[in-house]
This record gives sequence, C-alpha cells and structure tokens, in this order.
Amino acid sequence: MGTIISIQLNGENIDLAARTIGELVDAQGWAGRRIAIERNGAIVPRSCYADTALCSGDTLEVVVAVGGG
Amino acid sequence: MNSPEQQVVDAWQVGARHFTSRLLVGTGKYRDFDETEKAVAASGAEIVTVAIRRTNLGQDPNAPNLLDFLSPSRYTILPNTAGCHTAEDAVRTLRLARELLEGHTLVKLEVLGEDATLYPNMPETLKAASTLVKEGFEVMVYCSDDPLQARILEDVGCVAIMPLASLIGSGMGILNPWNLELILAAAKVPVIVDAGVGTASDAAIAMEMGCAAVLTNTAIAKAEDPLLMALAMRHAVIAGRSAFRAGRMPKRSYAASASSPAGGLMPSVAHRKTA
Repeated sequence: MGTIISIQLNGENIDLAARTIGELVDAQGWAGRRIAIERNGAIVPRSCYADTALCSGDTLEVVVAVGGG
Repeated sequence: MNSPEQQVVDAWQVGARHFTSRLLVGTGKYRDFDETEKAVAASGAEIVTVAIRRTNLGQDPNAPNLLDFLSPSRYTILPNTAGCHTAEDAVRTLRLARELLEGHTLVKLEVLGEDATLYPNMPETLKAASTLVKEGFEVMVYCSDDPLQARILEDVGCVAIMPLASLIGSGMGILNPWNLELILAAAKVPVIVDAGVGTASDAAIAMEMGCAAVLTNTAIAKAEDPLLMALAMRHAVIAGRSAFRAGRMPKRSYAASASSPAGGLMPSVAHRKTA
C-alpha cells in the first residue's frame, strides 16, 4: 500500500491509499459503472482516470444517474 | 391519403433526432426500478429524464443502477438539472451528465427559483441556456409560460421550449391556455408541456392545442396504478395529437345542428291524433 492521503469524497472526509483516480475507482468497485467524476471542480474524463493523480486535500464528486423528472 | 393507422405514425424531431412517441416521461417517485421500467415501457416513451446525484458511498457497487433498467441503447436518456437553483450549478450538472453518458448532448435544463413552488428562475435559466448552447449542448428548456421568455430562450438556441402547464408536481393541468397559445403561435422549435399534467385529459388538451409533446412524471408515478396511467397517457397523447391534426369542428354557442337529417321525419303521433 502507498501513502495514506486525506480527501473529501462527496462531502465526506476519507483517508485512503489510492494514488490515482483509477486506483480509487477500482477500490470502490466503480469500474465499468456509469459514473462521472469531478476533481477540484474539473471533470476527469474516463480515459484519464489512470493518469490523474490524487493528492491530499483533493475534493472529489462522483455522480450517477438517478430517477428524476 | 394515408390510412388513419398510418397517420398515427407521426414523427417529430428535436434538434437532429427523430422520435415517434410524443410522450416524454420522468423516472422519479416510483417505488423501485422494476416499477419504473414497467411504467416507462407502458408509456411507450422514447425519451426519459433522469437526475444526476452523488453516488452513495459504501453502497454495494453491484447494486442495480437506474440505467441498468433503462438502457441508453433503448431510450434517449435526458439528464435534467432538477434541484439546481443557479446557472452555475445547472451547467456543472450537465457537464457531468455529458461525461456520464459518453458525450450525449441532449439535455433538459431547469433552474428552480424556490423550493416552495419549484417555479423556474428565468434569469438563471437564460444564463445557463446561453452557456450550454455555446458549449455544444442541445438544450430543452423548462420555463415559465411567459411568451416573451420562451422567445428569448428560442433565440439563444434552445432546441425545445418546455413551458409549465402548472407547478411541478401539482397535477393542476394547463392553467393558462392563452399564454400557451401565444407561445405555440410564435415558436419555431418544438413546444413541450412540462410540469403540472395531472391526468390523461391534461395531456390530450396540450396536444390538441398543438404542442409537439408532453412531459410528465408525477401524474404516472403517483397514480394509484402507475402502469395503467402510463398507458392512459400514451393514448391521451396520441388522441390529442390526432385531434389536432384532424382539425376540430368550429364551436358554436347557439343554432346547433342535429347530427341526423331534419327531412323525412315522420309526423308526430300526438299531431295525428289531434288532426
């Protein structure tokens, strides 16, 4: 495991060992799911997950489609 | 002249996309995904709206997702900005939706003014619409039934104008048909009644007035039998559209003419007896 970092994920403070968005996606079981991720206010395209580093203090939003009118 | 059955197939388009069904449905307020899927199927809708929300952390990642039940390969998924109160939030939500749906650009913009009424905030709606159109989105826009606002939204490049019939979730039907008529008379893009449809007759009236389509969610989801109401809405939209195309008879307040011939009537029995 790598260094533990602290990030804010969907409003919750969490500590984790992921070094990239791709590692976070794998650790959370989101791979292949229809999600979209925003890191510090900017969308991270799916194709860039593996190359986008996670740093302590990052704010992430992960969204899905839900029922709505 | 096509047969009446052929005339029922009456395609319409939003932007460059063609559709057959003129009923759009929302996916909120259902008991579960199974009921959502069945009601949407019963409605015959091709366009279904979804909301964008934070994923629940700690939830089983294999738990079913709405889009497992409503496949984007079968339906045109229309992400909306329900719950957004500023242009900035709405634009952010739809950028995320575009990423989520792999580049999909057809979206429903709604920017709400206050929670008590869910009445649209038109200045913020206009600001968001302008930004989204510049970014290449095809914007279907929820708006007040103000003909001037509708025209301004069309002028900035929205692909469909979606005025409220009455407040979201109210089921009050079309409260201002005169304004809706003004919007319909001026618009060159599809006008879709969104919000306030309570039952099938409301949808039929909107279509008889010349709306391109109707969008409803609560009227189906909160009916006692959602599947049956979905079917009723489907038929109402087809009936209303057919009536609009057929051209209704003129209304007359007096001098009604009977449907049966006036001539050849047998003399009244009472008249014969007194003769």
